[in-house]
Amino acid sequence: MAGDVLVSHRSIGDRVYRTAITAAALTIPALLALAGAAIFLGGWPALRQFGTSFITSSDWDPVAGHFGAAPAIFGTIVTSIIALVIATPLALGVALFISEIAPAWLRQPLGFLVDLLAAIPSVVYGLWGVFVLVPLLREHVMPFLSDTLHLGDFPLFTGPHYGPSMLAAGLILAIMCLPYISAVAREVLLVVPRSQREAALALGATRWETISGAVIPYAKSGIIGGIVLGLGRALGETMAVTMLIGNQHKISASLFSPAYTMASLIANEFSEASNDLHLSALMAVGFVLFVITLIVNAIARWLVWRVASAAGKTP
Amino acid sequence: MTAAPRDKPTNRRRITNAIMLGLLSVAAIVATLPLILIIFHLLKSGLSSMQLSFFTQVPAPPGRSGGGMANAIVGTVMLIGMACAFGLPVGIGAGLYLSEYRGSRLATAVRFLCDVLNGLPSIVIGIFAWELLVRPVRHFSAISGAVALAAMMIPLLTRTTEEMIRTVPNSLREAALALGYSRWRTSLAIVLRTALPGIVTGALVAVARIGGETAPLLFTSFGNHFWSLSPGAPIAALPLQIYEYAKSPYDDWHAQAWAGALVLLALVLVMSLIARFVTRARFAGGHGD
Repeated sequence: MAGDVLVSHRSIGDRVYRTAITAAALTIPALLALAGAAIFLGGWPALRQFGTSFITSSDWDPVAGHFGAAPAIFGTIVTSIIALVIATPLALGVALFISEIAPAWLRQPLGFLVDLLAAIPSVVYGLWGVFVLVPLLREHVMPFLSDTLHLGDFPLFTGPHYGPSMLAAGLILAIMCLPYISAVAREVLLVVPRSQREAALALGATRWETISGAVIPYAKSGIIGGIVLGLGRALGETMAVTMLIGNQHKISASLFSPAYTMASLIANEFSEASNDLHLSALMAVGFVLFVITLIVNAIARWLVWRVASAAGKTP
Repeated sequence: MTAAPRDKPTNRRRITNAIMLGLLSVAAIVATLPLILIIFHLLKSGLSSMQLSFFTQVPAPPGRSGGGMANAIVGTVMLIGMACAFGLPVGIGAGLYLSEYRGSRLATAVRFLCDVLNGLPSIVIGIFAWELLVRPVRHFSAISGAVALAAMMIPLLTRTTEEMIRTVPNSLREAALALGYSRWRTSLAIVLRTALPGIVTGALVAVARIGGETAPLLFTSFGNHFWSLSPGAPIAALPLQIYEYAKSPYDDWHAQAWAGALVLLALVLVMSLIARFVTRARFAGGHGD
């Protein structure tokens, strides 16, 4: 466009406009870099003092000045695993149901209902968890698992039934990451070409064989991307988990046991930090969380983009 | 076509098919259950404790009954307003950049980092804002909370703006340029204007999301039991108040937490619904990504 070039050389307005939108775009990397730097500097005193033992030690004692984040890291991983184990089959099930089985009139409303789960604020999940989910777990689910099913000797289900626990936090996280996983799964299922399905059906495959043999393999890396994205959400989710996990520094194999996650540790102790080292230790936990979610999200994006670009969808 | 009988699924394959399709349907039902349960409990416990005083009074002292969340509702509106003041220009500007310089290397990098920023835990944004705006001045402030919320809003807004601008036909842009419009006027008066309804929708979605955020406000705007509209002082917010009340030992505060949650959810859902219908009416036919 020759005219275009002429105009842009002539006009001051164009130069101002270009500078302004470039500045806006550069704000995003700047924010990320600034956040990383600020949190790293804040956590540096603790990271320097404790070194690798900050991650490996399970001794978190603000009074004595010992800080080891192992219990919080452990709790974060366990609750995220529970969340993914429960949410993944449900999210994929609902996504496949919507894209492959549901009658046309049901697709939009059902998708919308699942999407709405993502719109509910975390603190509302927390409130519901505290007053509905936790009593339900304490009075029915936990006794059922440990006594009725006699799983009490199994390390995962031992110990007293407090209610607030890794199980409670994991369950609420499952509900919270479900819409993210299913949204990405639906999106990648949409880009699976029709011909892929028609070919399988023409070969005499049943509906399920078409789904498992032709649709899922095509969308696989995108679906995994969605799961990783859900993992990113679960790792960093704060309020609902803080309200449900019981907030105790301990590592226990039992899912009935109260624990901490990195995010809930920060939420719970930050405003009452007793001294500078305590504060710095919490910032260091924040930095670990920052790095982990950065990596997880980068991987998720890469996986989803791969499917999208393979389908030639991204203009 | 005559070969069809040989290819007919065996019984085992048919049964597997039926079971798996059944399981997918069950998953669909189970996945919608939590939403229904949560809304049911919110209505049940929230409606009964919602009185006029809830919307007109500030919190009563601990243990005393009565009081309301008027200051928290106003606080949330103020925080959202300030966050929009910071976030809207940056988010829309960045979205414009991404669509104007679609193929450039910087645009690709920004698009990617935008998704990464969007995935950062809200609590991390909270400590970032604390370190930047609270620590140096040694007191909590509404403005620091608004900045944290803006940081969460920007990536959402950037991506929707870019997407919506993509739906504007290129011929429109070319027509404007051919008529001698300068590039910036084409971009703002033609392209942005055409995409505006979509961008407003995106802004609504972003506001709905940040309006319910608690974690970034915990150590920035902090919460306040009294009226305060000063940007430099701690300010109350609905999600913070719900969190505080839910943790408290008082039944009356629990009841108000439910009422607060119902109000918050109603706000968020109404905004999401409006956004949904505006988008659907305008961009019928579906637009992925």
